[in-house]
Amino acid sequence: MTSVANTTGGAGALPTPAAEPGKSVMGTRLWVAVLFLLPAFVLLGALVVYPIGYSIWRSLYDADGSGFVGLKNYGDIFSDDATLTAVRNTAIWVAVAPAVVTALGLIFAVLTERVRWGTAFKLIVFMPMAISMLAAGIIFRLVYEQDPNLGAANAVAKSVHDTFVSSSVYPGARPNATASDLKPSGGGSFTTTGTVRAGTPALLPLVGIAPDKLPGTPENAKAASGSGITGTVWLDFKLGGGGTKGKVDPGEKALKGVKVEAVKDGKVVASAKSGADGTFTLPAKADGARLRLPASNFSAPYNGIDWLGPTLVTPAIIGAYVWMWAGFAMVLIGAGLAGVDRNLLEAARVDGANEWQVFRRVTVPLLSPVLVVVLITLMINVMKVFDLVYIIAPQPSQDDANVLALQLFLSSFGGGGNEGVGSAIGVILLLLVLPVMFVNIRRLRRERQR
Amino acid sequence: MRTSSNNRNRRAAAIATAFLAGALALSGCGGGGNDKSGGTGGSESSSGLKLPKLNGQTLEVAAVWTGAEQANFMKVMDEFKKRTGAKINFVPTGNNTSTFLGTRIQGGKPPDVAFLPQVGVLHQFADKGWLKPLGADAKAQLAKNFSKGWVDLGTWKGTRYGVYAKAANKSLVWYNTQAFDAAGIKTAPKTWKDFLQTAQTLSDAGSPAVSVGGADGWTLTDWFENVYLSQAGPEKYDQLAAHKIKWTDPSVKDALTTLAQLWGKNDLIAGGTQGALNTEFPKSVTQTFSGSTPAAMVFEGDFVAANINGDTKAKLGTDAKVFPFPAVGSQAPVVSGGDVAVALKGGQGAQALLTFLASTDAAQIWAAQGGILSPNKEMDMSSYKDAITKQIAQQLLAAGDSFRFDMSDQAPAAFGGTAGVGEWKDLQDFLRNPKDIAGTQQKLEADAAKAYGTG
Repeated sequence: MTSVANTTGGAGALPTPAAEPGKSVMGTRLWVAVLFLLPAFVLLGALVVYPIGYSIWRSLYDADGSGFVGLKNYGDIFSDDATLTAVRNTAIWVAVAPAVVTALGLIFAVLTERVRWGTAFKLIVFMPMAISMLAAGIIFRLVYEQDPNLGAANAVAKSVHDTFVSSSVYPGARPNATASDLKPSGGGSFTTTGTVRAGTPALLPLVGIAPDKLPGTPENAKAASGSGITGTVWLDFKLGGGGTKGKVDPGEKALKGVKVEAVKDGKVVASAKSGADGTFTLPAKADGARLRLPASNFSAPYNGIDWLGPTLVTPAIIGAYVWMWAGFAMVLIGAGLAGVDRNLLEAARVDGANEWQVFRRVTVPLLSPVLVVVLITLMINVMKVFDLVYIIAPQPSQDDANVLALQLFLSSFGGGGNEGVGSAIGVILLLLVLPVMFVNIRRLRRERQR
Repeated sequence: MRTSSNNRNRRAAAIATAFLAGALALSGCGGGGNDKSGGTGGSESSSGLKLPKLNGQTLEVAAVWTGAEQANFMKVMDEFKKRTGAKINFVPTGNNTSTFLGTRIQGGKPPDVAFLPQVGVLHQFADKGWLKPLGADAKAQLAKNFSKGWVDLGTWKGTRYGVYAKAANKSLVWYNTQAFDAAGIKTAPKTWKDFLQTAQTLSDAGSPAVSVGGADGWTLTDWFENVYLSQAGPEKYDQLAAHKIKWTDPSVKDALTTLAQLWGKNDLIAGGTQGALNTEFPKSVTQTFSGSTPAAMVFEGDFVAANINGDTKAKLGTDAKVFPFPAVGSQAPVVSGGDVAVALKGGQGAQALLTFLASTDAAQIWAAQGGILSPNKEMDMSSYKDAITKQIAQQLLAAGDSFRFDMSDQAPAAFGGTAGVGEWKDLQDFLRNPKDIAGTQQKLEADAAKAYGTG
């Protein structure tokens, strides 16, 4: 204020009015000052001071607000598993999210400085900021959808996986548990309990696939015959049911291309693939061996990663948060970068520093005030994160994704109905934000003095 | 402190009143000109139902329904208006009925009649003295048309407060007829053993056998309740609902063991247990009646019909049929839900409306609109719009007094009615790991103790 008055006075453009008696140095009467400050005081009092006071007071009372319980609500918070998970997750959020967002923002800002299409790139990275948390939450709920046909993240995971591992012909098929002596033998394979003999064809009935969903145009199965070591692999279920289980009934389809291994003492002595009519023939040395259908015949199609399961849900939601806020960090840091003296960078380069050293030793230290601002803003923001978690985390893993702000909502309004505990969580959140605020204010003051 | 909380309520009430004023103005515009139609007043129908003249009165009815459900209810109210001349004003309560009503009552502006979705709320309101007991006419209709079980549900500490005008049957398994035909299954399973056998056959035939909507906790509580009611019997069911026996009781262990016979088999569940946990209730219905490899069976209440009609191309009665939940113990369970109409204001109007709602006339008009079941045992069953609904209604009435009200709706909301906590969450964890029966029981008991203690 004073500096402004001085400059205008110094410029001589406007005559400064002489100070009248009863006015302060600022040239305003006290009551005028109070009058002008009053709306701000009333608003602050009603919207900030009163709610804080009320929350603290409310946190000392029980669920319906009629009985004084002292600090019991605070004790409950620290003995409740759900709230402890929330505390742990909030700590993870505060530790990880702001750092990742700032780092990404820094990288984007430095790189866009040098790219020709930097502005367009910046625009795109900044765009998620224009989306509300709720909409972003819904978008990422879809991105993390389990079904690879719906969820983008799993579509990528699946296509990468399938590039390296080929899928089986008959996923989901399994031996008919009641009518076959094929038993699970670990790792998804099945082995007969009996042994195969020349002249008695082996029967390997499978079920679990709809007869009308078999790939290609399958032929009807044929019971193998002959004196060699033979057998049939077929689908022991025809449309509409019926027939005898474990017998090749007319109309039951052959399973072509199923690999059959003859195993003796744990070693594969021979192997064959079933033909179009489901029959296979093994060489004579397989006589007396057990037959094994290896897992490669049945392995279920890769179903992607369980992003929103208990273990990955918090990292997944942090990912969504980073997507939203990286643009914000980039723009702020970019603005800071524009103010950096190019001569310093040039000087460093002339002195023989490589690009990494310039970045590490010159750019980052010069940007540190901006980086701190971004980091602190994000920290405060992250402590309040609610909408993303509430929307993205599906019910079964909501507990595992819980954060303090969400727990506050759940315990006061979401069926818990205990506004006492809710207020106590609110007070704890306030206490957690205070140190960050304090640092922020100190820094601002120091900056102003400079 | 008391005063300040009263202030808070008054403020909320003021807001509610402002909204109400808007609603009144709106409905006033729409309903103009119809006022004179009920001029003759007091009428007596063929069923001997006597209703007073209420010309010029406006009654306010609050319930959770919106959209088609509300429109169907208003058809019933049109008849009431024709007979009595009273105008009906419908107020939607939003999802949290008890909070909405509590605010209105404390603000001094209760609706005349409200529909409460949970038994617990009826008890709570009655204890606070907010409910008006039923009058003689309403009681007479109730005694004539309802079985004792339903009358008792509307009774608290010996006083009759409520009329169960709308019921739900939550012991149904809906199935895809095509899947059953493809697997050659001719008869619906009657016992749990048959049910598992049927599921195995369906799975062998290549259909995912049972679709479980495990992403919504309430479908899992309904699974548990049906198994428990059938296996442990109604008495134990009542005790567990009131938390008089603990969740660590051996009967709970048996029920969970039974459930694990199904939930523990990936082959029998559409998408495996992992898939089930990612399936919300609406999806559990659509994946049974649409898609390239539809599941064969899905369990839930009569309201599944609405999802089948709305979200799939399957036709009720031909593509989609229904059978009662199989008997685990000696008798097949009938778990029900429902909305109870109560009077929040004294006076002739509210009582007349309750009397009307308890009558067969109202039940028949409502049933004819579709989408509801009435526990009224005297009504003409042919009023129901379709054969499936009729079958479901008959099954509900056939249970007589051995039906039981949804257990999780009787429990405090923190245990039985909140996403992500309590019974919902614990059963989801159990679906994830059906081997951990003892651990599930302990978690259930710990959560129940906490919720019943404070609630």
